[in-house]
Amino acid sequence: MAETAYWEAIRRAHDEEMANDKLVIAMGEDIGVAGGTYKATSGLYDKYGPERIIDTPISENSYTGIGIGASMTGMRPIIEIMSINFALLALDTLINAAAKIRYMSGGQIACPIVMRTPGGTAHQLAAQHSARLARMFMSTSGLRVVTPRGPLDAYGMLKSAVRSNDPVIIIEHEQMYNLKEDIPDEEFFRPLEGAEIVREGTDITLIGYNYSVHLCLQAAQRLEADGISAEVLDLRSLKPLDRETIRKSVEKTHRMLVAEEDEAPVGVGAEIISIVIEDCFYALDAQPVRIHAADVPVPYNAKLEKAAIPSADDVYQGALKVMGKI
Amino acid sequence: MDREKLITMLHDMLLARAFEERAAEEYGRGNIAGFLHLYPGEEAVAVGVLHAAEPSDYIVSTYREHVHALVRGIPANSVMAELFGKKEGCCRGMGGSMHLFDRERRFMGGYAIVGETYPVATGIGYTIAMRDLPEAVICFFGDGAVNQGTFHESLNMAALWDLPVLFVCENNHYQIGTEIHRHSAVPEVYKRACGYHIPARKVDGMDVLAVHQATQEALTQIRNGTGPQFIEFETYRFRGHSMADPGSYRPRVEVKAYEKEDPITIAIAESLPVYPSSEQIAAAGPDSIDQLATHLDQAGHLSSETLAELKAGVAETVEAAVRFATESPEPSLADAQACLDCNRGMEVLI
Repeated sequence: MAETAYWEAIRRAHDEEMANDKLVIAMGEDIGVAGGTYKATSGLYDKYGPERIIDTPISENSYTGIGIGASMTGMRPIIEIMSINFALLALDTLINAAAKIRYMSGGQIACPIVMRTPGGTAHQLAAQHSARLARMFMSTSGLRVVTPRGPLDAYGMLKSAVRSNDPVIIIEHEQMYNLKEDIPDEEFFRPLEGAEIVREGTDITLIGYNYSVHLCLQAAQRLEADGISAEVLDLRSLKPLDRETIRKSVEKTHRMLVAEEDEAPVGVGAEIISIVIEDCFYALDAQPVRIHAADVPVPYNAKLEKAAIPSADDVYQGALKVMGKI
Repeated sequence: MDREKLITMLHDMLLARAFEERAAEEYGRGNIAGFLHLYPGEEAVAVGVLHAAEPSDYIVSTYREHVHALVRGIPANSVMAELFGKKEGCCRGMGGSMHLFDRERRFMGGYAIVGETYPVATGIGYTIAMRDLPEAVICFFGDGAVNQGTFHESLNMAALWDLPVLFVCENNHYQIGTEIHRHSAVPEVYKRACGYHIPARKVDGMDVLAVHQATQEALTQIRNGTGPQFIEFETYRFRGHSMADPGSYRPRVEVKAYEKEDPITIAIAESLPVYPSSEQIAAAGPDSIDQLATHLDQAGHLSSETLAELKAGVAETVEAAVRFATESPEPSLADAQACLDCNRGMEVLI
């Protein structure tokens, strides 16, 4: 076991997968000579060379499409998009091509790309660098969308994604790259599907994904001091969603809250609450609550930014509301 | 070029014309739906280019790709069944007219998003370059596609990394219903490639032998490892953009203006409220099929009996394809799901 930062975990997964299989390549802006904006590919350019660690021009739609073309003929590209906001430029090749090629070809031609991208607010990056957009990808048939909450999943899910024949979108978070966790020294893989109970509880289920899992964990600690036992569920995969684990948890606690960093309309929370209502409505003892961002583009002003984005305190207050304490 | 190959090329052009005309009829009968984009008039490009390619080369095409698929060797039965949306179509009925794929024949798809072919083809070129094989990828697109951002993005990367991509512009002078001078500041499409130092030329796309030769020369260069090549073929579609489009946007005044620049359009009676018949088209101008037939005839390669046999042969092939498509079963929703669910562990890919 070694304490490993999120970015180091991603770097290790790249390194192992590239050493294991010559067909694995990585591509993106500044990932090679410069080592990557978040250091996720640092040192790999010297080890694997410019043909396998590819510094691309600023052409998100086409370099994603080039990864797709390469994947259709046997390569295993890991495509880095520097910020999920820039992935909007690659929506055509991701949604019209990657998600549909295997289907349109009647199952003949797989498109096994991995797209990694950080999605979330950091520190005053303003409206065009702070969007989350997970909800946009999770609504597309043909894609997998995963949201590793820490180094263990960041490493293990990237390795599984490289070996999956589906196009996989991995949504990371600017605020998590330096998050540390002990991870095993020996190689391991983490599944691309399945939610995980990261804290057991009996009174309320707090559901999060990506960074919001940490908000839920912090809120759960405070709730414990109030005598409320909160269970925390990390969705891990937004596409497909693990309905079974959600249902079991809600049937146990009879109360639920879902926390997303994104704006609420047509979002992750809306989908999760729909699932709860469809699958276990009669298990609910209280009205569910969504914790989400204000319905504005993320403000630049520091105080406003903080106010617009959900905090651990918002999750805590939301849980008290579900519990009928406020 | 030997006689046998010339006759094969004429056969493929005749098959292409007969297949597409029949597809139009089947659309009228309701057996084919959706958007159906037909190729009559442009046959010399697909036939000339693809007969110059090797079976190991990859093809990436547009939504007007039935003929590329047929010439590449996908059986007419399989293409027609796909147009009918049937289970025995080349994509099990999931692709349809605009999305034909055939992995074995390295036919890497028809794409209905204009400009999406460039990055896909360039990425396939990346794989070839990584493997250091004497293969190439041929990327088809129309004149309307050159104003997409992906054109510039992908040409830049193909040139930057010396990738084995042959960019083939089928310039039929119309972006759906907008004539090229109204959609492009630089209507000589091939000139744009020089912005990326990609060797480019313009060739008569109605002359299948010129198409074949230009393609062969370009592919030889590509196999020498000198990076991408670009050819603009000037051609013309005799029909509207799709079956949903009667082509009435080509008014007489515009056609007259256009005719001054390009003799090919003299062939087309645009202002007619209905499509010109095959006879009218043949009588009017330099149809690529007639051009090749005349050439073969003059060279002593083609007797009228052989021509009649070829025509009868393709008519039978098309008839059989429609029969096959009609009898083929419908796919189920479970088949659709099976095409999408694909995380089956590592597969050996092509």
